[in-house]
Amino acid sequence: MLKSDTWRAVLVSVSLLVIFLGLWQLSTPAPQAEEALSEYELLMGGADQEARVPSPSEIIGLAIRELSNPFYDAGPNDKGIGIQLAWSLYRVLTGFGLAALIALPLGFLIGMSPMMYKALNPFIQVLKPISPLAWMPLALFIIKDSETSSIFVIFICSIWPMLINTAFGVAGVRKDWVNVARTHELGPMQTAFQVILPAAAPTILTGMRISIGIAWLVIVAAEMLVGGTGIGYYVWNEWNNLDLTSVIFSILMIGIVGMLLDLALASATRLVTYQE
Amino acid sequence: MQPHFLEIKSLAKRFPTKDGELTVFEDVSFGLERGEFVCIIGHSGCGKSTILNVLAGLDAPSDGEVLMAGKEVRGPALERGIVFQNYSLFPWLSALNNVIFGVAARWPGWSKTRVREHSLRYLHMVGLKDGAEQRKPSQLSGGMRQRVAIARAFAIEPKLLLLDEPFGALDALTRGTIQDELLKICAETHQTVFMITHDVDEAILLADRILLMTNGPQARIAESVRVSIDRPRERGSIVHDPGYYPIRTHLVDFLVSRSHELSGSANSGAPGSGHQGPPRIVDPAQAARGASNAKDKASSNAIAQATSHTAGHSTSNANSATGYRAAESGSLLRAVNL
Ligand SMILES: Nc1ncnc2c1ncn2[C@@H]1O[C@H](COP(=O)(O)OP(=O)(O)OP(=O)(O)O)[C@@H](O)[C@H]1O
Ligand SMILES: [Mg+2]
Repeated sequence: MLKSDTWRAVLVSVSLLVIFLGLWQLSTPAPQAEEALSEYELLMGGADQEARVPSPSEIIGLAIRELSNPFYDAGPNDKGIGIQLAWSLYRVLTGFGLAALIALPLGFLIGMSPMMYKALNPFIQVLKPISPLAWMPLALFIIKDSETSSIFVIFICSIWPMLINTAFGVAGVRKDWVNVARTHELGPMQTAFQVILPAAAPTILTGMRISIGIAWLVIVAAEMLVGGTGIGYYVWNEWNNLDLTSVIFSILMIGIVGMLLDLALASATRLVTYQE
Repeated sequence: MQPHFLEIKSLAKRFPTKDGELTVFEDVSFGLERGEFVCIIGHSGCGKSTILNVLAGLDAPSDGEVLMAGKEVRGPALERGIVFQNYSLFPWLSALNNVIFGVAARWPGWSKTRVREHSLRYLHMVGLKDGAEQRKPSQLSGGMRQRVAIARAFAIEPKLLLLDEPFGALDALTRGTIQDELLKICAETHQTVFMITHDVDEAILLADRILLMTNGPQARIAESVRVSIDRPRERGSIVHDPGYYPIRTHLVDFLVSRSHELSGSANSGAPGSGHQGPPRIVDPAQAARGASNAKDKASSNAIAQATSHTAGHSTSNANSATGYRAAESGSLLRAVNL
């Protein structure tokens, strides 16, 4: 029953993809032959000068070329997709990691102490809805380094879901479990690590999963702003080159990497999830 | 008089509410001896769990004090093991690791293998084996979970074991088997136990003494009922003991009518008009025996059933020896005729 359902779902997915790509392919005219180019067009560097939505087959061709040598480096404006993605991942993971270093202990504190919750709640409520990119000018001015600034932006956008979920998870730990820790004379640290952390872990990891999703959304925009390296810069750069094939290819890569990040956090969540 | 092992002195607990204070119980005084098994019975909401939490040190009393072996109880400690009303096992740990959690906390210096062996021994003692010890609580039945909770409490070898309705959520059959196991373990270990229950028969089977708590608010402990039935006891045969029904009738009568009549709220207006100090000691079984002896020296167990019905009338003669007071005999009769 279930198994045949899965197969049917796969079949539907694949046929949708084939239909979509087929229609797309049919609706995009084949590139004109080389001879048809005028002198002017040749001067300007090719037929693609007139922006044209590429066909799927062109994108697949580019993907094969790019992915077979993802880490080539031919100057500041021509780096492989792997290098660009690695830069973005580095920034996301650094900002995310720093945010976790602060959000998790702070979330524990807020979750365990209703007083601290009340004291910090106004700040959280005001800071949370600010678009992370709004911080960019301030960050650039104060930090004076575009690299660190984009990491800061990632940090500021990924801290809130982690902080709030950690506080929520810790505050919601069943009182009975805390009492069991107390009757076993566990110290505060032991209680935090042996009882509260495993009890709140699913909620905390859900927060981390939301955070990394947001961070990946934000890094593209941040890199478009500050430029230099990264997948966001790459997209923008290819747009400036009017190379829509590369733009679409990198959009796909952004989606795939984002999905992988989410999958990683999802399986980590599954590891710590327990059934009551 | 020698002090009790566990001494509860004029304990009271009040909670602040919107309109003033809620006195859950007050003037609660009693003692527990080493190796004694004491049950406490009372209606739901009268404050049994609250008392137990105070004894455990999880909750501070509003008034009075708790002394264990002469020392005041301040805060929870490993020398008092607890089985909570709803298991309170850690769902992310296997049954074995739940017990190991307790044992490792109790003896931090022990080696891993020693902790594991000790934990396994107690799990086997409550009948958890054949792979069940590796399962998570969610993969165990309610009865098995409660066994794990009991094993965890016994495994730390506490001086005092506090059980909060440990079998409340179990079906009658499972409850019976675990009661038998508890009886066996307590006989082996001479564990001092304080247990909350709703079940009159369970209390008689397990306890040396049963404390009767009046209805709340302002609940108090009205009586301390001796269960003078010899050990070892067995679930099957205990009902044939001549003392069984007098005790049972006394308890049921208390729960049905007197728990309300004696409650602090029923005597409101005049605080302190109720009973003060330690609870009255009552021994219905002894009273019944005394009565049947007085009536007919040749009386045998065959008419135990009958004597238990007449016990209400005759205890007034026998009360001087047993502490069973005339005041109770009238209401006992009522319960008997129910
Ligand atoms: N934190 C609290 N604040 C206010 N009232 C409380 C609090 N804890 C308990 N109570 C009240 O104290 C009374 C006794 O509660 P308790 O849990 O001790 O009852 P119980 O005898 O164990 O009942 P049950 O047999 O149903 O478990 C109840 O009326 C309850 O409403
Ligand atoms: Mg209770």
